[in-house]
Amino acid sequence: MTPFRLDGLTTGPAQTWGSVRLVPLLRDEPVPGLRLHRKVYDADYTIVDIGDGSAYVSYIPHAFVATWSGDQLPAASYGTRLIGLEDEQPEPPPRVPVRTARRMARRTAKDRLRFLPLHLAVEGYLALHFGGPEIVWEEWSRRAVAHGLSPRCEEAYLGFQVRGLEDALRIFEIHPGQCGVLVYVADALASAFVVPHPDDYRALHATLLEDLFGELIYQHGLLGAPAADLSGRIDDASVRSLADLRAQAARLSREWADFHDEVMAAGLFAGERSHQTVQYLEDFELVRGLPSFELRQENHITEAIVGADARVAYLKSFRLSDAQVRRGYLLTRLAAHDWHIGDTAASLGMEAAAFGLRMERAGFEFLLRQDVLDHYRAQARRGTAERPTAAR
Amino acid sequence: MTETFADLIACEDVLMFVNAAITSTGQREFHHYYGDQRLSLEFLHEYMRENYRELYAAALALNINDHNAAMIISGLLRHAADVPLHRRRAEGALIARRLELLPQHRVYRLFRDLRRAKVNNRRTRAIMRQWHAARRDQAFDAVKYRSAVKAAVRHAHIPLDDELGDFLFRPMSRKDFETPIFETWRRAHYEHASIYELPYTVAEGFAAKHGVPREVFLERIEPRMTRLERLRLQESARVMKKVTSVNERADLAGAGLTRLASYVLGLSLDDRAARRAELTGALRTAALRLAGASAGRWGKVTAVLDDSHSSYGSGQKRRRPLAVALASSYLLEALAAPGGYTPLWVSGRADELLLYPYGPTPLGERVLDALDTAPDRLIIISDGWDNAPRGLAADVLRLWRTRLDPGRTVAITHLNPVYDADDFDVRRLAPTVPTAGIRDAEDLTALVELARFAEGRVGLSELRAHLDEQTARFLEAPR
Repeated sequence: MTPFRLDGLTTGPAQTWGSVRLVPLLRDEPVPGLRLHRKVYDADYTIVDIGDGSAYVSYIPHAFVATWSGDQLPAASYGTRLIGLEDEQPEPPPRVPVRTARRMARRTAKDRLRFLPLHLAVEGYLALHFGGPEIVWEEWSRRAVAHGLSPRCEEAYLGFQVRGLEDALRIFEIHPGQCGVLVYVADALASAFVVPHPDDYRALHATLLEDLFGELIYQHGLLGAPAADLSGRIDDASVRSLADLRAQAARLSREWADFHDEVMAAGLFAGERSHQTVQYLEDFELVRGLPSFELRQENHITEAIVGADARVAYLKSFRLSDAQVRRGYLLTRLAAHDWHIGDTAASLGMEAAAFGLRMERAGFEFLLRQDVLDHYRAQARRGTAERPTAAR
Repeated sequence: MTETFADLIACEDVLMFVNAAITSTGQREFHHYYGDQRLSLEFLHEYMRENYRELYAAALALNINDHNAAMIISGLLRHAADVPLHRRRAEGALIARRLELLPQHRVYRLFRDLRRAKVNNRRTRAIMRQWHAARRDQAFDAVKYRSAVKAAVRHAHIPLDDELGDFLFRPMSRKDFETPIFETWRRAHYEHASIYELPYTVAEGFAAKHGVPREVFLERIEPRMTRLERLRLQESARVMKKVTSVNERADLAGAGLTRLASYVLGLSLDDRAARRAELTGALRTAALRLAGASAGRWGKVTAVLDDSHSSYGSGQKRRRPLAVALASSYLLEALAAPGGYTPLWVSGRADELLLYPYGPTPLGERVLDALDTAPDRLIIISDGWDNAPRGLAADVLRLWRTRLDPGRTVAITHLNPVYDADDFDVRRLAPTVPTAGIRDAEDLTALVELARFAEGRVGLSELRAHLDEQTARFLEAPR
């Protein structure tokens, strides 16, 4: 069940460079009433001057926004915001205090912070969705004191670090009317990026380099396996005139688009996804999407701005690595059972101690009290000593 | 037919090398970095020199670019140990002739490279001495390229007359010089007026030394500029809004076609629209002059021209591929029968004067459109990165040749302005369509003829004959 589709976007012919394949998404006409800007604010949150009279809504990608909050602490807007021009004094968005010492927030000037695109989203998604039991929140807050913005650290790679991506983006020839792109590295879908207007795309094309990519994508980049030629073959026997040849060419491009949408990009919206509407404005709503966290499957977290007709105006996605999927999976299971460890373990068909250790391996040992964890460990040791097979 | 497999390979290698030597300038390209290209080119030169030294030297007689000519000359001079005497003589003649054609600064750079590589055999010294002796105005050279001349003289032990020697090595030992330009040069150290009688590049240094304001300097030095310096400076001078006189005297009519196209593409779109008649006129005139006697004799011509984003080239050779395409378009218009020329730009734009690199390369589709016009000749000018969709152009050309036009009624040629460092060659579209490298639209007619070798239907013996003929013509050409 998806609340939105990639309607209005047609798939164009792919361009490859090394292991990177870039698939353009084209729009016949831009989405009216919405424009994207890449802007860094050095003063308080302000209304964006769009310059163009017909558009009245501005969108600020959270990743590019940085401002000082009232109490002179550096802060980032939490997630993506929509502002109307009519609101003279927009509500200050919910903010998260940020420590400038953290590597993800770079101080570029005295009163300006720059954020890596999607980075807050990655952490924000997991934290926001699993708001669950109060006790965990307290745990996380304590961690936050020691470790800054996020109670959990997720690792990701900058687009610069994905080998070949920089050249591929530089060499890519932007199509007229192009409003988006799907990035594949060694034919694994790395990221989807859609904007409402071709001009926005031209302006933001290079920012893909500053985006985040999961570990899998980084490794595929290192692997350097060249992207295969996926174009179909023309049926030689059926060509008797130039018109036939033209028809064959049209058929090939149609087949490519279908193959891409149904096979290559299928993982983007696959499975049971959950969506959370963050904000409404005029006809648009801002939606965050979480995957089903099925193990060993493609899992993409997304953020999107969707119009009233369920058309996607803006979309950005991040492919979770396997470890991240495992953590998400454990948390969904926990949330489904009111965070009761015994119940969750039972639903997975394992013992509480084994489940506790599995959480530890996934990097969640800080969620459990130290004495409880020690107890599990001791239990496991005994269990292994007495019944080596059953403890598995 | 006594063609052996080795002959075929030799033929292929030579054509590959010629394509590379025409297109590659050792500079950065759109897809490849400077380092990739230099590495690739150095290997190619070494390979050719070791395996086909005779043909390698003969390449000097072809329209290869100056960068590669200098590389060949330095390669030949460096590695000459086991070359028999008569071969050395033949090489020497080719080298001497080519050196005359090279721009001076290239020659001096080559001499410097030879010095750095410690190549100082008798042949090299003789070649340098001869070249220097043949210079028309040695005093002028000595002023304009002072340090380079000094290095060459030192390296090749070139005998000098008293005054030239003093000027180069003991300039302050004399109270005055008899040669006027030396005297001007000496005076320019002390008085402003003498600066403006020196060549532009030399005067620039003196102007900086005396702190002459840039606008005053440009205004007064303008009559001393060469045509290229004027063309290059007039736009930057106009942007600075300092000098207007430079602009008025720019000599568009005399400039070469490709350079003119580069100049036009460097102007802003507003300027181009405002000066449309002047620019189009200049391009047409240059094209007609170039076409000469063959004007209007090519029949019905259709061209597929690449103005995609990649035709931007690189920061080092800005818009070069697009400029070559634009210049070729005007040339083809002159060559085609009146009204028989159809240009098809891959972006679908029709106003040639307002082009800029933009969009993908749907080459296959455009080739289909071009074949629809049923031309006598189809010329494709593109870097060969067909990407919308990839490989369609190859399929179309293959099927056209094999199924739709086996009798070859349409002569198809692909000209590629970009060297592909990975392949040691220019990128090909399809095996059935001959591809040749192109650097200047000026060579287009010759290249279209040469491209028939690339089809693989003409053997090594014929290629050798062609090269011999070119060499003879090259050596006999009036000096």
